[in-house]
Amino acid sequence: MIIQDLMIVASQQEIAKNIFEMKLTGKLVGEITSPGQFVHIRVSDSFEPLLRRPISIAEISPEKNEMTIIYRAEGRGTSLLSEKREGDVVNVLGPLGNGFPVEETSAGQTAVLIGGGIGVPPLYELSKQLTANGVNCIHILGFESDQVVFYEEEFAALGETYIATVDGSNGTQGFVTNVMSEISDDFETFYSCGPMPMLDAVQKAYVHKKGFLSFEQRMGCGIGACFACVCHTNENATDQAYVKVCSDGPVFPAGVVQI
Amino acid sequence: MNRLAMTLPGLELKNPIMPASGCFGFGKEYGNLYDLSQLGAIMIKATTEETRYGNPTPRVAETSSGMLNAIGLQNPGLQGVLNNELPWLEKFDVPIIANVAGSETADYVEVAKQISKAPNVHALELNISCPNVKCGGILFGTDPEIAKELTAAVKAVSSVPVYVKLSPNVTDIKAMALAVEAGGADGITMINTLVGMRLDERTGKPVIANKTGGLSGPAIKPVAIRMVYEVSQVVTIPIIGMGGVTCVQDVVDFMSAGASAVAVGTANFVDPFVCPTIIEQLPARLDELGIDHISELVGRSHRI
Repeated sequence: MIIQDLMIVASQQEIAKNIFEMKLTGKLVGEITSPGQFVHIRVSDSFEPLLRRPISIAEISPEKNEMTIIYRAEGRGTSLLSEKREGDVVNVLGPLGNGFPVEETSAGQTAVLIGGGIGVPPLYELSKQLTANGVNCIHILGFESDQVVFYEEEFAALGETYIATVDGSNGTQGFVTNVMSEISDDFETFYSCGPMPMLDAVQKAYVHKKGFLSFEQRMGCGIGACFACVCHTNENATDQAYVKVCSDGPVFPAGVVQI
Repeated sequence: MNRLAMTLPGLELKNPIMPASGCFGFGKEYGNLYDLSQLGAIMIKATTEETRYGNPTPRVAETSSGMLNAIGLQNPGLQGVLNNELPWLEKFDVPIIANVAGSETADYVEVAKQISKAPNVHALELNISCPNVKCGGILFGTDPEIAKELTAAVKAVSSVPVYVKLSPNVTDIKAMALAVEAGGADGITMINTLVGMRLDERTGKPVIANKTGGLSGPAIKPVAIRMVYEVSQVVTIPIIGMGGVTCVQDVVDFMSAGASAVAVGTANFVDPFVCPTIIEQLPARLDELGIDHISELVGRSHRI
């Protein structure tokens, strides 16, 4: 169930350049049903900035009522969020949307998780749940440069992990696709989250595999009422078929959303 | 005595608070969060005769204390609304105000005729002020004579009272209000969004794919208050006021300006529980103001 929770900041730290990891506690955590769901955060009590900020959930610890979000402090809203300190209260709406289907990969099978930049965080909880189920996870994570790489060790503790950076300052020089072309395609499922061009490249490279993509779109309400975040689907040629990223997604099976 | 109850043409409101059209979908999303029967009424998303996908994305952009949107009247079409959306809302004890849109008079007339027969639709809101569609909408909303004729044409076929939603993007809002009143409107809803634009900081190009969008949120409240203040002094039909309402004091302000009921729009995106919260807080605010019944607020800004 979606609730509005006044969550408490348990910790906040900058884990890479302008990349913040914030841990929040509250009863909202008990409502999270799948990795890849997101929360909608009010960064200020005033109406400046006005709208909430949609941020993905990177990790959950239900026993502690705690969740981790990882975000890039870029604009006014996320910069304000990055100023919150331990003990501060944050107004959080969630959990929102439908996450990654963990059950689509069985024990003993292999899943490839491909993330780009600030699309990497939800893959962490996904990988934790998949590996707990006995799935072998391979991670391919793309970043601009070594300065903004995060959670490399955390992912490596869960499975094989490859880093790609555009400038070559960490791992393979180039994009996640450069790594993808070098690894075996002996896997059952792929899961991906990142910018649209990356999702497009991943989907095209693995067209015969079963896969799930998490999309990003500018949002208003986050609950499906405002129609800001719609995307066309490939369902038919009438131009009328659409999905709402916030409430129908953000995760869709590969091939559903027109990229 | 229910000190929040208001009676408007076609509408027995248990309180004067209702979500504004376009900010509440057809109610389902908010119905998962709270009991919609608490609301005074619901203004559902604009309905056109045919299914509409709307504009390309990005469709929204944040601005100082506000936001721009150019959704483009996306909706499932008249039959979709009649068959799927309105029946779902019947389980709630709340009157529905159906927002009617179109490209030409015949579209408005057809939608109005059919949707006004739905059992839970107690009033229509004629959308002559959407700034985000290429034909229709705004043209009907900026020419008094055309607005009057459209109002009369819809009145002739509607089974329920007709409210007309005015655009603030005009030189003389009073002339528009008088024109729709002369056309037979039973009430006025105001204001719709103000046309605006935001540019990308790096590229200098408009952020919204439609280039322009409608500005809403707290930023527009003073404009809306001024317009309700002016219009309420020249027409005899009631006004449902809106524009940047976020809290109980905003409701007091709109009613003082001359509105008989108040709609909450963009604030639903910020706090999905804003409508029930305001309704809950209203009696205490009336106590503080020494007012027995909320109707005493209406028009006190210009009452002698």
